[in-house]
This record gives sequence, structure tokens and C-alpha cells, in this order.
Amino acid sequence: MFLRVALLVLKKDVAIEAKSFEIITTTLFFAASCILVFSFAFVKEGAPVQDAASGILWIAIAFSGTLALGRTFERERYGETLRALLLAPAPRPAIYVGKLLGMVFVMVTTEVLLVPMVALLFQAPLFSRPLLLVALLLAGTIGFASVGTLFAAMLVRARTRDIMLPILLYPVTVPVMIAGVQGTSALLMSTPDEALATMWIGIVTSFDVVFITFCLWLFEPLMTE
Amino acid sequence: MSFAVGAGEILGLLGPNGAGKSTIIGMMATLVAPSSGAVRYGASTAAEAGVELRGRIGLLAHELHLYPELTARENLEFFARLHGLRPSDLVDPALAVAGLSDRADDVVSGFSRGMRQRLALERALLHGPRLILLDEPFTGLDDRAAGVVADRLRRLAADGRIVVLATHDLDLADGLVTRVGIVREGRLLTDEPGSTGLRARYRALVGH
Amino acid sequence: MKGQYFLPLFALTTAMFAAAPFVIANAPYESTMLLVQKIFYFHVPSWFVMFSAIFISGIYSVIYLVKGDRKADQIAAAAAEIAVIFGVMGLVTGPLWGRKAWGVWWQWDAKLTMALLLEMIFLGYQLVRRYGGPGSDKMSAALAVFGMVNVPFVYWSVNIWRTVHPKTSVVPTLGPGMFGAFWFSVLSFMLLFSLLLTLRLRLERQRAVLDELYLAEEP
Repeated sequence: MFLRVALLVLKKDVAIEAKSFEIITTTLFFAASCILVFSFAFVKEGAPVQDAASGILWIAIAFSGTLALGRTFERERYGETLRALLLAPAPRPAIYVGKLLGMVFVMVTTEVLLVPMVALLFQAPLFSRPLLLVALLLAGTIGFASVGTLFAAMLVRARTRDIMLPILLYPVTVPVMIAGVQGTSALLMSTPDEALATMWIGIVTSFDVVFITFCLWLFEPLMTE
Repeated sequence: MSFAVGAGEILGLLGPNGAGKSTIIGMMATLVAPSSGAVRYGASTAAEAGVELRGRIGLLAHELHLYPELTARENLEFFARLHGLRPSDLVDPALAVAGLSDRADDVVSGFSRGMRQRLALERALLHGPRLILLDEPFTGLDDRAAGVVADRLRRLAADGRIVVLATHDLDLADGLVTRVGIVREGRLLTDEPGSTGLRARYRALVGH
Repeated sequence: MKGQYFLPLFALTTAMFAAAPFVIANAPYESTMLLVQKIFYFHVPSWFVMFSAIFISGIYSVIYLVKGDRKADQIAAAAAEIAVIFGVMGLVTGPLWGRKAWGVWWQWDAKLTMALLLEMIFLGYQLVRRYGGPGSDKMSAALAVFGMVNVPFVYWSVNIWRTVHPKTSVVPTLGPGMFGAFWFSVLSFMLLFSLLLTLRLRLERQRAVLDELYLAEEP
């Protein structure tokens, strides 16, 4: 029942997105332009700074993720359909999970473009330990998206939702950012520090577990006025 | 405020804009938590009754709850599945009742307000709810369509359902509702059996 | 919450703050930093107050979200505001001290980073309450809960980050003879905190009463 409704919400979001691909394409382009702008911002002796690669990657993920969050929930705002979802005879956190899965899907798709792009622009050996990188990206994306989905959902009726989302989201997800950047840097070293990267993955994973639990619990009280 | 509604009744919540009618409907739909007091369905509150309670409530809100990017058929199929029902039996008849069978595969963003209103009503009734809550159901409907909706509501009430309807359209409510509750600034001013002459009574209490 | 205790405690706090300059002046000089170190008697108690306020705000936010008791929300809001104020005091006294004592305005160690982050989260709390529109009380409660829950994660991640790139620690050690002055300062600040919390809570309650009166007005 729980999973069925979550997957139903996900399928519906995919169906809507498949009609225009608006969110995915614009998010991809935005993320790519982020990377370009930051590369020019962090320049040393006329060339992008090597060490900035991991930071730039995660900032691009955070910025594009924030915009995608806003726009996904903008779709639910039009006919106040979020309320209709809350009326389903299913546990309300299932709706949260459905939305979360959709967000993770969008962000992972963006990362599939971003990682090769960063690797190319910075000659960064991001593919030396692909499994660890994937694990780190996935754990970090889930952490960011879990808090982001809750905040975006609760802000849906606020007039200032566009600016409030990043204001609230970024400080709370700082541990994810730190772990993501540090873990990616560990993997980018000439001899990748696997132990360190694994440790960072562990930190983000425990963040994910704790925060998803809180989000699941807080979703219903926050969505009932 | 305090009131009770039972099977077969059509309760009309009348009042000016901003009176709180939508909030009352929201509370009855389990979307708004009252700051004091409780809403009971039978003997239990929403929390006690559990998740299935929502399967017996149908809400037609002012905002219509339709996805503009999806077609009429896709909208109804989604909401049918959300309620755990098989869309094949329900969607086509619902589209026929709404008069939208020929537009079933057009996206809702291209519909007029009246068409969306008819579709939204079908969406609200798709799962055969026992408690039917309607917030301004006649918006965008011409006289004929409004009359059709009113007949529908009478049939539903005769079938033993509970209908609660919030509107500021007194003429349409007149002759439809079996009970009247006049709401103003968060208070229920009166709760009496409905009959004709609503406009006069309303004006007496609210003043315009 | 306090009623008859308020005035006596107010008198006591005033007396303690009046006595504070003498107590602090009489405390021994710290070996390397001498006079500059004495800002510590303001700096650390500010953090004590800020963290107490954060935990009070977080816990009462949980209570509000679980029980819907408005009084819990009022306490959480009052505590959150005090957290921001004393956080600012800590974040101002810190760099002032750091600059004079160690030559740097800021360091990215665990404590400072966490303090800055929590300050930002609770500033966000104020913004949500002001600009969040309907339902902002619950939104800010959720934010306070997340802020509180984040404390161990931020501390953990920044700590590890710093051990990889070690720098000098900012944490001072208390020499003998300073304990008296230190705990005196802490006590004064905590008393000030409870007084301010009571006053702010009173204000919040009056505001709630006013709101209800306004809404209940006969047409």
C-alpha cells in the first residue's frame, strides 16, 4: 500500500515530465552553465584550479537540485493537486517518498551529465574508482533531496517559496556538502584514498537514515494546516 | 461552531467570501487540523479512524485538483489508482457523465473552466465516497450544467450519502439544500432546515 | 512560568552583572594572552546560552509538532530569538578575541563552523516566521528540529575535515583561579537567559491573545 502509492506518484510525475521533458532539460543546461561559470570564477594562472573540481561539482548539484525542487512542486501548486494527493486513502508519507524518488531521479540524471563534464574540464580522474563515486553521489543526492523535498513541500503555499527554499535548505544540508566534496576530493587524489572516501560515504549514509526518518515523520504534520 | 450532518442530508454552508467556509470544508476533509475541538466521523476522529477514512471522503475544491499536463482520461485513471481502484470500470462512465468522452484524450490545460469543473466533480465522486464535500461547485457552469449537478447531488443524498456544499450562490442553493448553515467571520450564525426563501433569511442575518 | 520569582531574580541578575567587572578584574591573568583573554568571560557564557536556547527551541518544536500545543510553539519561538541574539554576541566576541590572541579573525574548526551554521539556521527560523505565510509556525518548528538534530553531524563532519587538514585548535584551557569567575559569568548569563525568555514568552503570549481577540471580534 505504502510502496504502491509512492510508485504511483512517481509514475505520474514521470508521465507528466515525459510530455515535455521541461524540468530535466532545463535543469541539465542550468547545471552545465553553473559548471562553466564556476570554472571561470576559480581560475589560477589562466586555467581552472584543479582542486576546485569536487567543490564545483557539488555546488552545481546543489544549485540545480534546488531549482528542480522548486519547479517540481510548482507543478503540484497549479491545481493544488498536492492536497488531492493528501486525500488518498494511504499513509501520507508515501506521497513524500514518491516525490523524493522523482527528485533523486532528476538529480541523478543531471549528475550523469555533470560528472563527465567536470572530469573533462578539469582533467580530473573521476572514474578511477567508479563504484565509490557512484555510492557517494547517490548517498549525497538522497540526503540533499530528502530534506529538500520536505522543505519544498511545506513551502508550496508560501509566497516567498522560491528564495526561502535555499535559505532553509543549504545550512541544514551542510554535512552532506562537506562529506560530498571531501569524499570526491579523496577520490581525485593521485592515489585515491579509498578508506577516507568510504568513511565519508558512511557519514552521509547515516545522515540520510536520520533525516529521512525525521522527514517521514514530519511530512504529515507539516502538510496539514 | 458545532454541528452534525447525517446521511441523506444536503448541508449548505453559505456566507460571504472569507467567512471560513473553505476552512470548514478543509477540516472535514482532514486537510486542516482544528486549533481546538475535533471533527468526528461516526464516533471516531480522523486519527482514530485511520487511513481508509479518506477513501470514503470526496472533495471538490475550488482549485479543482486536476493536473493540467495530463489528459482527462489520465487524470481520472491516476486518481482511480490512487484510491486502489481499477480504472477500466470507472473512467469511461465518468467521462460520459461529465460529457467529455470526445475530449478524453486532450490535455486538461486546454479545457474551459466549465469543462474542468465537470471533470473535477467526476474525479471527486470516482471512488464512490460517502461524505461528499463541495467548495463552490457551480463556478463556471451555465444554468443547464448547474442544474445537472444539482440533480446529481439530490440523487446522491437520496442514495444515503452526506453532502456538504459551500457556496456564495444563494439562488442555486435555494431549493437544493435540506439544511442551511450561515457562516460569517468564522462563526456559524444559524443552522436550520433548508427551504425556500434563502436569500431573505441570508440577508437578514448577514446584511447584504 | 515564573510569577513571583521574576523580581527577585531580576534583582539578583542585576547585582551579579554589576559585580561582574570586579569579579572578572580580580580573576588571574592567563599566561599568554593576558588582558585580552578576559573577553572569554563573555564569549563562552554566550555560547552556553545559545546552545541551551537551541535545545529548548528544538525540543519544544518537537512537542508542538507532536501535540499541536500552541504554548510549546511560543516557547520555541521565544527561545529561537534568544539563540540568535546570543549567537551574534558569541560570533562577535569570538573573532575579536581570535584576532588579538591568535592573529586570525576566523577558523573553520568544528565549534566555530557549527556555531555559524546554527546561527544561520535560527536566523532562517526568524525569516520563516516573518515571511513564510500560512503555516509558518510549523515550518519553523521543523527547521528548529532539523537544526538541533544536525548538531552532531556538523560537528562530526567538520572535525574529520579538520583532522585531515590540521590547524591549531581554538579551545583555551582554564587555568586555576579562573573557575570562580568563569562559573560566576556562566550563572549570570543563564539567569539573564531565563529572564529574557520569560519576558519574550510573555510578549508572545500577549500577541497570541491579541490575535484571538481580533479574530473573535463581533462584526
